[in-house]
Formats: sequence, C-alpha cells, structure tokens
Amino acid sequence: MATEIALNIRKTFVGCTTIAVQLRLPLDPPSVTILFGPSGSGKTTILRCLAGLEQPEAGTILCHGQIWFDAATHVHVPPQARGLGYMAQNYALFPNYTVEGNIAYGLSGISVQEKKVRVSEVLSLLQIKELAQQKPTQLSGGQQQRVALARAIARRPQLLLLDEPLSALDAPTRIKLCEDLRMLLTRLAIPSVVVTHDWTEALSLGDQMAVLDDGRVLQIGKPQEVFSQPINADVARVVGIETVIHGRIREIRDELATVQVGPVPVIAMASPGLESDVFICIRAEDVTLELAGSSETSARNHLRGTVQTVTSLGALVRVTINCGFLLTALVTRSAQSELRLVIGSDVRAAFKAGSVHLIPRR
Amino acid sequence: MNWMAIWVTCKLATLTSLALLIISLPIAYWLTYSKWRWKFLIESIVALPLVLPPTVLGFYILIAIGPHSPMGHFYTDLVGHPLPFSFQGLLLASILYSLPFAVQPFAATFEQVDRKLIEASWTLGLSKLKTFFKLILPLSTAGLITGVVLSFAHTLGEFGVVLMVGGNIEGVTRTVSIEIYDDVQALNYIGAAKTSALLLVVSYAVLLLVYAMNRRVWSVWPQK
Repeated sequence: MATEIALNIRKTFVGCTTIAVQLRLPLDPPSVTILFGPSGSGKTTILRCLAGLEQPEAGTILCHGQIWFDAATHVHVPPQARGLGYMAQNYALFPNYTVEGNIAYGLSGISVQEKKVRVSEVLSLLQIKELAQQKPTQLSGGQQQRVALARAIARRPQLLLLDEPLSALDAPTRIKLCEDLRMLLTRLAIPSVVVTHDWTEALSLGDQMAVLDDGRVLQIGKPQEVFSQPINADVARVVGIETVIHGRIREIRDELATVQVGPVPVIAMASPGLESDVFICIRAEDVTLELAGSSETSARNHLRGTVQTVTSLGALVRVTINCGFLLTALVTRSAQSELRLVIGSDVRAAFKAGSVHLIPRR
Repeated sequence: MNWMAIWVTCKLATLTSLALLIISLPIAYWLTYSKWRWKFLIESIVALPLVLPPTVLGFYILIAIGPHSPMGHFYTDLVGHPLPFSFQGLLLASILYSLPFAVQPFAATFEQVDRKLIEASWTLGLSKLKTFFKLILPLSTAGLITGVVLSFAHTLGEFGVVLMVGGNIEGVTRTVSIEIYDDVQALNYIGAAKTSALLLVVSYAVLLLVYAMNRRVWSVWPQK
C-alpha cells in the first residue's frame, strides 16, 4: 500500500483561474510539505480539497491507497471521516467555548477522564496551560494560533493541514512562532501540509515544497533546492530569492554573524534565536559584481569567483558565480558588457551583511 | 375585560411560538445552507403570509382542513370532530400565518455564523447535526429569541385568520382581537379601549425586548 497522498485534481472557480495539479505527498517518514505560491495561485484550494471542504470537478485524491475523492465514481469522503487536523488562516476558534472547550470540542468516543488528560497534554505541549479558562476573544494573535494548533492536534490526526499558520501575526511574533511551529512539527511527527506565501517560513518549516502559480505546480523539491535552483524563470519570479545555501554560524559579535559556507566565511546580520545551523539567503538583485582587484566598499562581503552561467532575462542578465558556493547575481545588460562577463571570467561579488537573511534550520 | 379571551390568546400565542421554534429550525437551516438552485421557490412560499391578506390565507386553510377535504376527513375520523372552528384548527392556522416571523430571523442568524467555524467543526469530526447543536445553535440564541418573540407577538394580534378558521367561540377560539371587534360592534367603547390598551402595551414591550436583544452593545446596563 502506498504510504502517500496522491492528488490529481481539476477545479474551476467562475471567473478565476483553473486549478489543475498532480501532487504526491509522502507520508512515511512523516514530512512537512509546503504549498508555496502567491495569492490566487490555488494553494489554499488544494488544501481545502485535501480537507474535503471543497470538491474538485475532476480527478482523484488517494490517501494510503484509500479513495478520499473520485469524481468518476462520485466518491467523496467527508471531512469528518478523514482524520485530519485542519487549521484555517484566521484560526476559526469557537467564540462560545473557552480555550479548553475548543480543544475538547472534537474529542469524542473517549471517557471524560481521558478527555481531560488529552486536553492538558496539548495545553502543556503548546505552553498555554494558563489560558485554559479564557475565551478566544481575550487572546492575542499568537495565543489564538497556539490554541488553534492545540485543537487541531488534540485528536491525533493522521494528517495536519495548516493554511497560512503564521500570516495573521505581527512580524516579531511570527519569527518566534515559526521557530516553535518547526519544533512542534518535528516532535509530533505527523505528516503535514503547510500553505504559505512567505519564503522564510517555507525554508524553515518544509522538508519538501511545491511551487504553485496560476493553478499549476511549477516545481517540486527540497525548499533549498527550489529556491537556489529554480527550474525556469517562472519559478524564479515566484520564489524571488536565488541563493539559498546551508551554513554554520562560527561566531556572533556586535550583532554580526560570521557564517561558514563551505570554505567561505559570509558576514550577516544576526537575528535573535539563531542556532548553529542556518540557511543563508541572498537575493540576486542585492549582489553587486565588480572586477577583481578594485577598491574597498561598504559591503562586508567580497567573494572572488568565476562565472559559471550567464542567462539573459531581457534588460537584465542572471549570472551565477562559483565562489566556493554558487551565488546568483542580477545585473543589467550594459554592466555585463562593461565587465565582460562571460563563462569562466574572474569576478568579485559583493553584498552587504544586511542583504544576507539567515533562516534557522536544523 | 374578558379574561377568557386573554387566556385563549396567550395559550394560542405560546403554543404557536413553541411549535414554530421546532418547525422553523430545520426549515431555516435548509434555507440557509442548501445549494439547491430552485431554493427561492421555497423561500417565497415561506414568505407568502407576510403579503397575503389574512382572509385569503384563512380561506385556503379552511378549505384545506374542512370536512370535505381528504385531510379534514381523515382528522374528523381520527378525532371525532372537525378541525375548523376548534382550537387545534386555530393553532394550525396560526402556525402557518406566523411561519415567516420565525423562519426569517432564524435563517438570518444562521447566515451570520462564520462558515469557517462550521468547517472547523466538520474537520474536528463532528457531523452536520452535531455541529448544528454544539456550534450553530449556541451562536444563534439572539436570533432564536427574536424569532420566537416575534411570532408570539404576531399571533397575539392576528385577526383575519382567527375569524376565518376559528370563528368566534367563547373560551375556545375567541381571541383578544376579536373581542375588541365585538366590543366596537356592540358600541362598548370602554371595553374596546381597555383591551386595545393592553394589546398595545404588550406588543410594545415585546418589540422593546427584541430590539434590545439585538443591540450589539447593551447600553442600558453596560457589561463589565
């Protein structure tokens, strides 16, 4: 029996793009799949089809070889019978129940005693024990998110579906809770599908990711690979970040982190909560190319390398440089001809410490 | 004042609104959540008593439950007396007459329950029926009370349907509104004035309750 979710669906909304996707999500070992794309790309619809809240016009959804949906034979397993934990974008907490009531809401078929144990288990797992008797309206955004997560996992679902789990939060809370969510997902070991349009979340949370645009899957792969090696210009445009590479923090001093990337040290702005393993992310438009041996600039990073590929994108040219790792830069056509950038030429890449984003990742 | 008429009226209004509470819940639920494309046909039928003259409605009910109709015949065989000009017949007519006053507020309040909450309940394993009782009903209490109270008030004041279906039998189908009419016919203006004043006060009090209930902020006694 296939330990995966196989999804092959078509869904049209009147006046909107048609969603036509084929996806395979491995369930064993439990992994986190990111559905990544801009708004309107169809990622939420796919999640809702998985949850059984939306019915495609055509296609099939299979989970563990069991048919969840088949348009041809009119099979539609309702959301109640799919054994899911589903978290909507705005958390959809029940306003008439307390936090405890929300979490216990879906627990049926077990004794009152066991219900209590389960509720207190997830309350302490999410560190919200003190909120148990509060009503949802009394909670902050971050607290609501934790309660919604607790409610979703209390039934021990076989699949966890999270729709933009962090987007309703303010930036500082988001960074903190993204970290917590990653640890929780690792600890729970429940196969999960997370919808997001935020690349930092995708990198931080995902084991694999599918890039969606206009209702189609453009690329599937490990987040780091998808971000650093987009298979075409469409993916590059959607993901918007070109260099993603694994590194290890060597030291942090004066809010600057020195990250060892292969043989090369890279200087980056340190953000709180970093551990030793990180992804360093650099946007191609933040990388300046200069001829080797020119004068000093304010940029903290100057890496010597050789040009590996040159791709024309209309007025701009995408250049990848091997400087110990592959770095992508975006320069104008005139700059390319002035610097005589061709495959194999020596060049120096410069970027500011502030242009390097560090994403914690173990 | 004729206390018998007041008693009949109160009994009729109470039973009507209780029956409507039970009957209107499934109708309102269906009207709110059904995706049937011809739903508007049923919506219009439910709203008919709002625009139809009570005499017209009463006439059709009278025909439908009369001893010559299959339904009336069946009822007479079963119970031993015909439905028209009995309290039971009057109750049936009142229920039909006040149906939109319960169904419409119920449907409006169900409509306001966030679809996302209902979906969350489904994904947590609760059937549609359990979701209705554990989530939709508790979130709809204000609308439910509005519907019950409005249909109570509406039944208190009905005249045409009562006259057509109930007749004017003292202690059985003689309601307050008919009492007023009879008083005026008999030139007993004092009696009519007393009963009218009572109906006015009760109706106003009921509407006060409805509007106060539906305020988002309770301004009379502010909440802590």
